[in-house]
Amino acid sequence: MSAFLIFVIVVAVVAMYAVQIYNSLVRLRNQVKNAWSQIDVQLKRRHDLIPNLIETVKGYMTHERDTLENITKARSAAVDASSVGDKSKAESELSGALHKFNLVVENYPDLKANQNFLSLQEELTSTENKISFARQSYNDQVLFYNNKIEMFPSNILAGMFNFTKEEFFEIEVEAEREAPKVKF
Amino acid sequence: MWELIQANRRKSIILFLAMGLILILLGFFLGETFLGQGGGPFGIFIAVIIWSILSLVSYFAGSSIILSLSNAKEVTKDVHPQLFNIVEEMSIAANLPKIPKIYIVNEQAPNAFATGRKPEDSVVAVTAGLLSQLNRDELQGVIAHEISHIINRDILFMTFAGIMLGAIVIISEVFLRGYWIGGGSLNRYKNKSSGGGNEQIIIMVFAMILAISAPILAQLLYFAISRKREYLADASGVRLTRYPEGLASALEKLSQNRFNLNSANKATAGMYIVNPIKKTGMQISDLSSTHPPISERIKILRGMMHGVDFADYQTVYNKIKNNSEKLIPDSGLKNKIDIPIVTQIKDAAKLTKKEEQRKLGDIVMNVNGYNFFNCKCGVTIKVPPTFKSKSVKCPRCGEININSAN
Repeated sequence: MSAFLIFVIVVAVVAMYAVQIYNSLVRLRNQVKNAWSQIDVQLKRRHDLIPNLIETVKGYMTHERDTLENITKARSAAVDASSVGDKSKAESELSGALHKFNLVVENYPDLKANQNFLSLQEELTSTENKISFARQSYNDQVLFYNNKIEMFPSNILAGMFNFTKEEFFEIEVEAEREAPKVKF
Repeated sequence: MWELIQANRRKSIILFLAMGLILILLGFFLGETFLGQGGGPFGIFIAVIIWSILSLVSYFAGSSIILSLSNAKEVTKDVHPQLFNIVEEMSIAANLPKIPKIYIVNEQAPNAFATGRKPEDSVVAVTAGLLSQLNRDELQGVIAHEISHIINRDILFMTFAGIMLGAIVIISEVFLRGYWIGGGSLNRYKNKSSGGGNEQIIIMVFAMILAISAPILAQLLYFAISRKREYLADASGVRLTRYPEGLASALEKLSQNRFNLNSANKATAGMYIVNPIKKTGMQISDLSSTHPPISERIKILRGMMHGVDFADYQTVYNKIKNNSEKLIPDSGLKNKIDIPIVTQIKDAAKLTKKEEQRKLGDIVMNVNGYNFFNCKCGVTIKVPPTFKSKSVKCPRCGEININSAN
C-alpha cells in the first residue's frame, strides 16, 4: 500500500515538473515570436521610409543615380523575402546600400541643411537603431530558447512536443554592423 | 535577466524590513517616553499608521508627486523627436512591454531620472540642459541607464525607500522637538511613578539615542543600496547599448556641470543619474553620498575593453575598486553572452557654448508651446503661445508671415 502511495506521489511530482517545463518552453517560444514581430515592425517601417527619402533627395543628388537605384532594388528584394535566412540576407544588403548612401550625403552640404531631410534622416537613423536593438533582443531570446531545448531534462519534452530550434538573425557584412550608428 | 531582477527584489525586501524595524523601534520608545509605561504598543501603532498612509500615497501618486515636485512636463514627439526615438530604441532593446512616458524639466543643469510603479507604467524625465549638451550616443547612454532602473524594478523601490526614510525623519524630529518642549511633563511622570523611575530614565535615554541615530542609520542604509543600484544600472545600460563610451562621455559632461538643479531636493536626489545637489563648502563624506563618485563610474566604463556583458563590468569593477565585492549576483553572470563592443563613429560637430545656449533655449520654448516656423530669408521665427496675432513680421527681411499656430 505504502509502496503504491510513494509511486503515486513520484508520478505526480514528475508530472508537475513536466508541466512546468512545458509551460516555460511555450513562454520562451512566445517571447521569440514576439521579438521577431518587433523586428518585422521596424523593418516594415524602414521599407516605408525609403520611398520618402528617395523622393526628398532625388532633386539634390542627380549624379548619384546608381546609389539611389541600389537602395530601391535592395528595398524591393527585402520586401519580397520571407524566410528568416532570406530576410537577414536581403536586409543586410539594404543596410549596406543605405550605408553607402550616408557616405555620399557628406558631399551635399545643401541637402544636409534641408530641414525636411534632416528630420527624415533622424527617423531613418532611429529605425536602423531600432532594427539592430530588436535583433539584439531577438537573438538573446533565441539563445535562451535554444539552450532550454538542448539542455536536460527539458530536451525530452521539447522532442516530444516538437519544439524546434530557432535561427539567429545574423549580421553578414561587417560594415553593416556600424551602419545603424552612423552620424549624418 | 529575470534572476537579476529577483535578486534585486530580495535586497529591496531586506532593506525594507530593516527600515521597518527602525520605524517600529522608534515608535515603541517614543510611546514609552511620552505616554508612560505601556505606551509602547500605541507608539508602534501610530508609527505604522503614519508609514502606511505615506506608502499608500506614494504607491498611488508617488510618481506624479515626484514629477510635479521636479517641475517636469510631459511632452509629445514633436517637441524633441530624437529623444522620443532614443527612448523607443532602448525600450525595444530592453524588451519593455510599453514605451515609458517622456517628461522634460526646464532646467539648465544636465540630469535625468526615471520613476513609476512598474515597467508598464513608467516615466523617463530629462532636463533641457541634458538635451542641449549631449550628442546622440551620449543621450542614448543616459536613457539606457534610466531604462535599466525601470527593468531592474528600482523605480518603485526608490520611491518607497525615500518615503520610509521620510517617515523615520519626521517621527524622530517630532520626538526630539517634543522632548525639548515637553521636558517638564516627562519629569512629572518621573515624580509620580515611585518605583519605575530608574527604568523610565533608561528608556528615555535609549529613546533619545535612537531618535538621533535612527534617521542617520536609515539614511546610510538607503544610500548604500542606492549607490549600488547606480553601478548596476550602468552595467545593464551598457549591455543594452553595447557602447560604454556613450555613457562614459555623458557622465564626463555631467560631472563638469556648473549649474545647480533647483527642482531637486534631498529626498529625490537619489533618483537622478548624477547627484543633482552641488557640494558647497564642506566635502560630503563618501559614506553619506547617494551616488558613487562619477570619476569611478567613468573609469569602470572606459575599462571595459573586451565586452559589455555583466561579467565584464564585474571584472573591471573589482579591478578598479581593488576588492572582490559581488556587484552582480551569480545568476546574472551565468548564461553569458559574448557581446562585442560596437564601434561607433563619433560625430565631429561639437557645439560652441553659444550654439548650445541657443539649443537649450529652443528646447525650453518648445516645451512651453512656442510655435516655430521659417521665414523665406532663412530666419527661424519663434512665437510664444500667448501671441494671438494671425501674422508675424520677419525681423530681418520684413516679410509678413502667417502665424501657423492660429
